[in-house]
Amino acid sequence: MAKIKSLDELIKIRDQQRSKVDLREKGENIDKLIHVKVAMATCGIASGARETMNYIIEEVDRQGLENVVVTQTGCMGYCYAEPTIEVTLPGKEPTVFGYVDEAKAKEIIDKYIKEGELVDGIIPSTHKTIE
Amino acid sequence: MSNYSMHILVCGGTGCKSANSDKIIENLEKHLAAQNMTDQVQILKTGCFGFCEKGPIVKILPDNTFYVQVQPEDAQELIEEHIVKGRKVERLLYEDPETNKRISDSQKMDFYKKQIRIALRNCGVIDPDNLDEYIARDGYQAIGKVLTSMTPKEVIEVIKASGLRGRGGGGFPTGLKWQFASQYQNDVKYVVCNADEGDPGAFMDRSILEGDPHSVVEAMTICGYAIGASNGRVYIRAEYPLAIKRLQKAIDDAREYGLLGNDILGSGFNFDIKLTYGAGAFVCGEETSLIHSMEGERGEPTTKPPFPAESGFWGKPTNVNNVETFANVPVIILKGSDWFTKIGTEKSKGTKVFALAGAINNVGLIEVPMGTTLREVIYDIGGGIKGGKKFKAVQTGGPSGGCLTEKDLDTPIDFDNLLAKGSMMGSGGMIVMSEDDCMVAMAKFYLEFSVEESCGKCTPCRVGTRRLLEILELITSGKGKMEHIDELKRLCRVIKDTALCGLGQAAPNPVLSTLEAFEDEYIAHIVDKRCPAGQCKDLLKYYILPDKCIGCTACTRVCPTQAITGERKKPHVIDVEKCIKCGACIEKCRFGAIVKK
Repeated sequence: MAKIKSLDELIKIRDQQRSKVDLREKGENIDKLIHVKVAMATCGIASGARETMNYIIEEVDRQGLENVVVTQTGCMGYCYAEPTIEVTLPGKEPTVFGYVDEAKAKEIIDKYIKEGELVDGIIPSTHKTIE
Repeated sequence: MSNYSMHILVCGGTGCKSANSDKIIENLEKHLAAQNMTDQVQILKTGCFGFCEKGPIVKILPDNTFYVQVQPEDAQELIEEHIVKGRKVERLLYEDPETNKRISDSQKMDFYKKQIRIALRNCGVIDPDNLDEYIARDGYQAIGKVLTSMTPKEVIEVIKASGLRGRGGGGFPTGLKWQFASQYQNDVKYVVCNADEGDPGAFMDRSILEGDPHSVVEAMTICGYAIGASNGRVYIRAEYPLAIKRLQKAIDDAREYGLLGNDILGSGFNFDIKLTYGAGAFVCGEETSLIHSMEGERGEPTTKPPFPAESGFWGKPTNVNNVETFANVPVIILKGSDWFTKIGTEKSKGTKVFALAGAINNVGLIEVPMGTTLREVIYDIGGGIKGGKKFKAVQTGGPSGGCLTEKDLDTPIDFDNLLAKGSMMGSGGMIVMSEDDCMVAMAKFYLEFSVEESCGKCTPCRVGTRRLLEILELITSGKGKMEHIDELKRLCRVIKDTALCGLGQAAPNPVLSTLEAFEDEYIAHIVDKRCPAGQCKDLLKYYILPDKCIGCTACTRVCPTQAITGERKKPHVIDVEKCIKCGACIEKCRFGAIVKK
């Protein structure tokens, strides 16, 4: 990556990134993209988030679901329900699921990610984040 | 894709579950089946909505209707009216306490304005290892704005006007600190980030560094520009390996993008950051100790003045701020001080992150505007006390803080109110205690911590905290005398007045505040030789309830001291003299016949 030499350049990069954070990885599939974020702070990892994330990556791969992107993120704040993941289907609000072990992850992949059908264990959002 | 056109979300959080939400689900399913709609409407059990005071909660999608205090009998009406006919059940909607209007859309409810994430804005949103994602969310725009359109003085004025105060514990105005550091001229100056989070139970700094490391990198650069420093140091505890890894990657990536290093964004300003690891001593959160530790000296405090702003790291002008304080800075620069001052109370602006722990249902990391009451934090966000127990106290400020009790539940939380109540904000650890927690034992726990962490340099702290602990040990083991209470109070005052640094001066706080609010518990330990919460092992006695004991002899077989005797099929007894209170009998008894009190 070349160095950013001015504020204008930085703003240009920001605007590009906003529109194509994922396009870079998934090419033309952006409209159908499903984004899975796994909360991977120390507490999440201690509760098994790494196993959950690895499982989701493997299972998505095994089933050939090419439109699913799995990334890590920081603490969502729902410590009581770790591991937590957030799934965003195209055109829909992000949905957070709690207590996601391998069995729950499988259920989420098979029902929500593939069929768009919600499953038990949604963690309702309790905060606002500034834009 | 899914055939369901509607979803009914029923709260399955601990609070709502104990208020019969399982029965609600069962009834909803039954009435849904009666309407032949099971293939169109899906019923789901969710986690806590964080509105337990008004639970059980039922929410209907896609129209976002939010029903409160739903009873199992209401299921039929919900299905027949809302689901079948599309008419909202007015009487179950939330009533706004101020306007007395029923609100159906949860987005419009005041309750969901209770948590605002500023410092945690990117935690759980972006990939912390991906600089592009940070940039996409306005990352490094603040440093861009500062370098291209503001003088260092203007930056300091904005931070001063915002009213931002240090989030690490003391609550010192950040802008003023920056101004002091900017006044001392030197060829080398330092910006230090204090990531030595040491309060038991507090983990917001770790979460910020793990979830959004670039916000700290950017803020330190802004601070460097404001005070005229080009060297940054993060003092981070070695026990935080993941935070170290992510922060190091953030620094490396920023350097590669030219956002750290020489001539940042073509402005001619140079700044770079290095990490220094701490071994996790509590006193190193105090800025002079922290600086000594970074220099390779023992982590011991020195008297101020000179303040670090004049002579800090390697004797150079140094500005030390905490992680959470820094995380607020880029937002304040971008949105302006006016925006920030609209949040919070008169003297405490913005939000505070709290690590909510203890006897509470929703243990979690929360961020609320200053001025939120304890009641809102505990009952609305925290979901109430575990097991439906009674609230007793909440401990804030860690080993330096004190406890707040039921009468303080409606006090708006900010720096000054907590101090006035004999506690302190600290770094934001909040440990909730129920009727099952003994306050003397709690004070003892924090004293143990302070004794362990005392660096030993000054006598009041080294010897005084040890003496305090010894007296507390006498009291909790049933050897206390009434004179001990006065002795505790006197000793606390002496330590407060004479200890060298904040650690010693604040170490008696847990004792003083529990003595003030719960002197009766101390007296119960001393006079009645009884622990009201049933926690102090030495004061407990084990009994067998004769009407529950069936004489199965299971307990006699596990008792290691043969303290339990009795004939087969007749109630047994425990010889309290022989009993060593190991609890093996309680575990073994299948009839709940053995109690401790």
